[in-house]
Amino acid sequence: MSTREEPTMTEPEENPTGPAVETSEASAAVGPDAAPEEEAFIPGADDLGAFGEGAAPRKPKNFWPSARRLFGLLAPHKVKFVVVVALVAASVVLTVIAPRVLGQAMDVIFDGAIGRALDDFAGVPIEQVVEILRSQGQDDLADMLAGTANVIPGVGIDFSRLGQLILTVLGMYVVASVLMWAQGYILNRIVMSVIYDLRKRIEEKLHRLPLSYFDTRQRGDLMSRVTNDVDNMQQALQQAFSQLVQSALQVIGIAVMMFIVSWQLALLALIALPLSAIIAGVVGSRSQKLFTEQWKSTGQLNGHIEESYSGLELVRVFGRDKEMLEVFDERNERLFTSSFGAQFVSGMIMPLMQFVNYLQYVLIAVAGGLRVASGTLTIGDATAFIQYSREFSQPLGQIAGMANMLISGVASAERTFELLDAEEEEPETATASLPPRTDGHVEFDDVSFSYSADTPLIENLSFSVQPGQTVAIVGPTGAGKTTLVNLVMRFYELDGGRILLDGVDTRQLSRAELRGQVGMVLQDTWLFDGSIMENIRYGRLDATDEEVIAAAEATMVDRFVRQLPEGYDTQVSAEGGSISAGERQLITIARAFLANPSLLILDEATSSVDTRTELLVQHAMSALRTDRTSFVIAHRLSTIRDADTILMMENGRIVERGTHEELLEARGAYYDLYMTQFLGGHVEPEDAALVGAPVGLGAQPDAEGTSPEAPAEPEQG
Amino acid sequence: MTLLRLALAYARPYRTWVLAVVALQLVSTIAALYLPSLNGRIIDEGVSTGNTGLIWALGREMLIWCAVQAATAITAIYFGARTAMAVGRDIRRDIYRKVDSLGALDISAIGTGSLITRNTNDVQQVQMLVLMTLNFMVSTPIMCVGGIIMALREDVGLSWLVWVSVPVLFVIVGFLVRTLLPLFRLMQERIDRINDVTREQVVGLRVIRAFVREPFEEERYREANAAITDTSIKVGNVFVLMFPVIMMILHIVTAAVLWFGGYRVDAGAMNVGQLSAFLQYVLQILVAVMMGTFMVMMIPRAVVCAERIDELLGTETSMTVRERGATALPSAGRVVFENVTFGYPGAERPVLDDVSFVAEPGTTTAIVGSTGAGKTTLVKLIPRLFDPQLGRVTIDDVPVDTMDRHQIAGVVGLVPQRPYLFSGTIASNLRFGNADATDEELWEALEVAQGADFVREKEGQLEARVSQGGTNVSGGQRQRLCIARALVARPKVYVFDDSFSALDVATDARLRAALAEATGGATVIIVAQRVSTIVEADNIVVLDNGVVVGQGTHEQLLESNETYREIVESQMSIEGAGR
Repeated sequence: MSTREEPTMTEPEENPTGPAVETSEASAAVGPDAAPEEEAFIPGADDLGAFGEGAAPRKPKNFWPSARRLFGLLAPHKVKFVVVVALVAASVVLTVIAPRVLGQAMDVIFDGAIGRALDDFAGVPIEQVVEILRSQGQDDLADMLAGTANVIPGVGIDFSRLGQLILTVLGMYVVASVLMWAQGYILNRIVMSVIYDLRKRIEEKLHRLPLSYFDTRQRGDLMSRVTNDVDNMQQALQQAFSQLVQSALQVIGIAVMMFIVSWQLALLALIALPLSAIIAGVVGSRSQKLFTEQWKSTGQLNGHIEESYSGLELVRVFGRDKEMLEVFDERNERLFTSSFGAQFVSGMIMPLMQFVNYLQYVLIAVAGGLRVASGTLTIGDATAFIQYSREFSQPLGQIAGMANMLISGVASAERTFELLDAEEEEPETATASLPPRTDGHVEFDDVSFSYSADTPLIENLSFSVQPGQTVAIVGPTGAGKTTLVNLVMRFYELDGGRILLDGVDTRQLSRAELRGQVGMVLQDTWLFDGSIMENIRYGRLDATDEEVIAAAEATMVDRFVRQLPEGYDTQVSAEGGSISAGERQLITIARAFLANPSLLILDEATSSVDTRTELLVQHAMSALRTDRTSFVIAHRLSTIRDADTILMMENGRIVERGTHEELLEARGAYYDLYMTQFLGGHVEPEDAALVGAPVGLGAQPDAEGTSPEAPAEPEQG
Repeated sequence: MTLLRLALAYARPYRTWVLAVVALQLVSTIAALYLPSLNGRIIDEGVSTGNTGLIWALGREMLIWCAVQAATAITAIYFGARTAMAVGRDIRRDIYRKVDSLGALDISAIGTGSLITRNTNDVQQVQMLVLMTLNFMVSTPIMCVGGIIMALREDVGLSWLVWVSVPVLFVIVGFLVRTLLPLFRLMQERIDRINDVTREQVVGLRVIRAFVREPFEEERYREANAAITDTSIKVGNVFVLMFPVIMMILHIVTAAVLWFGGYRVDAGAMNVGQLSAFLQYVLQILVAVMMGTFMVMMIPRAVVCAERIDELLGTETSMTVRERGATALPSAGRVVFENVTFGYPGAERPVLDDVSFVAEPGTTTAIVGSTGAGKTTLVKLIPRLFDPQLGRVTIDDVPVDTMDRHQIAGVVGLVPQRPYLFSGTIASNLRFGNADATDEELWEALEVAQGADFVREKEGQLEARVSQGGTNVSGGQRQRLCIARALVARPKVYVFDDSFSALDVATDARLRAALAEATGGATVIIVAQRVSTIVEADNIVVLDNGVVVGQGTHEQLLESNETYREIVESQMSIEGAGR
């Protein structure tokens, strides 16, 4: 008599994080393991919130070390963990023994029933009854009776014994259930606390990693490690682990019990074992392949959808909908075929296993029946055995399922550990500190820096900037302009030399203190999900609404915010939303304005703002710039012209420095650059006043490179 | 309800398969149900009487039923998987076609990200639910009803155990599931939340560091982390309760069946084999109930997805093509704006207010104005990405809303403000608007767009790979490829929306010179910031807050138009150090 008819679908339903079954396919595409041809899809994928769903099955590179480390995470909870294992073991022992007791109860009923049936022989000892039956030629029945010692002819069921047995079984099951609950409860807490700590560690790690780490990695992959992989580990720890222990113990326990009850039947039952293994192996690996296929086609289809929606306007303007539709239909059909195959083959496992299960059931029923009939086995043992044999296949199936989950979890753990092990920024060695308000005296002393050792970028650079000066940095793409200001922020560590702020080596300052003195407006605008008010306030968290609005007014933000239906409460996001690229830049300027730093860095801060607005912003900026040192990287000439010093950079070196007039007179690199731009405009000199052509003073045929120096353009239409 | 309606509507074409699933599962379940009864007979008729021949005979019969059960179950899975995946495919197809039919405004109201999620993830959810339903939900009730019938057949005297235990299990599992559902929903929100925070932290890394907001961000993350941990623990607590409770119920029922069954056996009202069979039926019923209830847990998530899909599929397009009548398609490319007023939904004032101008073939019209003046919106009306609320846009007197998309595409070529390339090769991108273009034509267009040099240097040249969005070429290169793409299409009307911004002035000038030749008799409309780009235009339209405040040549406007003069002066002051 089995307690569980189906090889229950433990994995999907018991997943406490909710979505497990449904999402694995979709997320596979986002996963870093996506095949190279899906590459095109990945960059967009991280903008969709598509991550955060289940995780693609992954294969760990070094299974055992990572597995050990994964379970090592449980080390702080060692005692509780031992308790959990003990509870599991105890409950398994109970649930394994219980069917045997149940079988005995069945025997009592059976014996009673037979005894009742032998009413005719009431009072006659059982041995005599057997002999009588044999003499009557009822050999089969006699054989069976000979094997049942407890039949008393004429006496029915022994209810006190039956009651005892049933209460015992009930007691065992109740205790086992309580133990199961207790272990689950404790384990849940352990795992969640481990996962909480892990998430925390990862997040803190993010803030300690050097920027170069992010420059060289795909954003989607990184986020997937922080989200999907951690979820995956949680699942592995929470379910796979305890299930695996439980199932393994069950298999052993049940096998032992089966041999105790009847070794002959046990051998028969074990036939199912290799059969199940073969099915799991053959069908399982086949479905694994089909699933891979399905993930691949999911990725390709999602990639196409993502792409055609992102480029929707172009698709329309060029009338390409038909072609896009064709590709879609083709990929959609391919996904159908592959997912159908995957679902069918994987769905086959259950009925097949069930078939083997039934097969075993029939064999045991027949063999057991024959043995009971021949008196070598009690009916109770036979029923107990049937139950054992059915319970046997279930943990086996679970082990297979859990093993997959565990392998996948270990693979995730590996990826997470990789992140946690990544080399961090140089530790803080703050030995000095600055006054609350610095003068803003910046000095580069023999500074060398490169992103990779084989391509030197900045070499032996020295210069100093007096307090209150505005420094414009000009030069072609790749000259190292952005790098230079990044070094002031200590986003990267120097290879040689030092940078001094008010005479203090910036490496002797904590990064927080250094950066706290600097306000930076980056070329790529970053707004987080929240209101405009919150986004500006990010510059100074304790600013009042009035201060935020004052900053907004100074930076021309107020003007357009007033026209928005929801004003400062208008929600903006990293992806864009209702405001234009220029307006986003203004918001980030307001943010820096609010921060009111001693040192200001503007990296192409107004590139998307029209010239009239920029002019207004510049007035505000110059107010912001008075009494503080600023570094400005800009295309536009007025900023450059008005600067106290212009640093003309080429190939990581400062080739010229001086004021606009000085440099023009010097007729050097700056003059050349300026004249090229100027003459490139095809404007007669006398028209220049009106036309004011030179815009691209940076001489950048390509305003945005793919190097870390120039971050990618913000996605904004 | 939405979910049910959606699923039913899409399953309808496959009703034969669904019927097959139901029929097959019926057979399979009956077979599964019949087995315990055979086993009972082995005990009662074979073992009790010691009839080994009968044991063998019943054993054979059991084997046959086993085979039947497995075969029908597998076939049912086959049709189930086929149906579910086909439903998913069809929903995806319809969504894709729906999006294709929607106007740009309808789409921006929903959001590109959300559209993508609906077309991919949401469909996935619904599809998986259909699959699970076909695989389990069909067999579960059959199993339940069948199990009850079979159990009653074995012995009606014990049937009260069924009537008591099934509802009890229902109530308990139902209670647990009901506790879980809101927790699941909360969990999903919190997963989204922590993922959002993470994403923002990774994307905004530099800003966070620049403003030393690590402690702030860590606090934000800590909150999200604590929230999700809290919910996870709650969910986990319910989960760890579920299995032991259900097992306990099953075992109590087992004990009860044995105890009360024992009395009936003793009284001679039933056989031991019947008792054993009855027990198995009761357990089968309970397990079926349990499975069914678990399955219910998948529903809430799918419901949300189905609602989102349904909402999208139900969106009416705001872009219908009007009847044109007998008028021929545009042949020259004379673009006319007649009193065009356009505002985004929900905005307080229109972006464009009563805009009128004419762009003649063979001339260049420049649109100038400050940030937010409505320049981009204006040019997007030409290829009919939007429809104006008032007034109309015509090309050679043909209103654009009487042409379908392909007809407009044949006339208008747009180079967008944000240069976007599709994944593929340079050639595949250039041929985007003209699939039949020869390599020579591509090179010609590249020459004009000043892009031939860098393409030549690339490995594979025209066949060089382009990643999605064009992120593997620099901004300036992307812009030039987008210009070349428009040139390859050879439209009657060229629209350049601030398409030269990433080019330096020298390249810009060369490009414009080459362009003037290449575009020949076509109408050219340019949105630009630089006065140097505008100055040569035949007609300049000055926009201020959506209103046309002046039109004319550079000289005329400089003379007469205050706004234009301000724009030029601002450039002088910003750019114009060139004396």
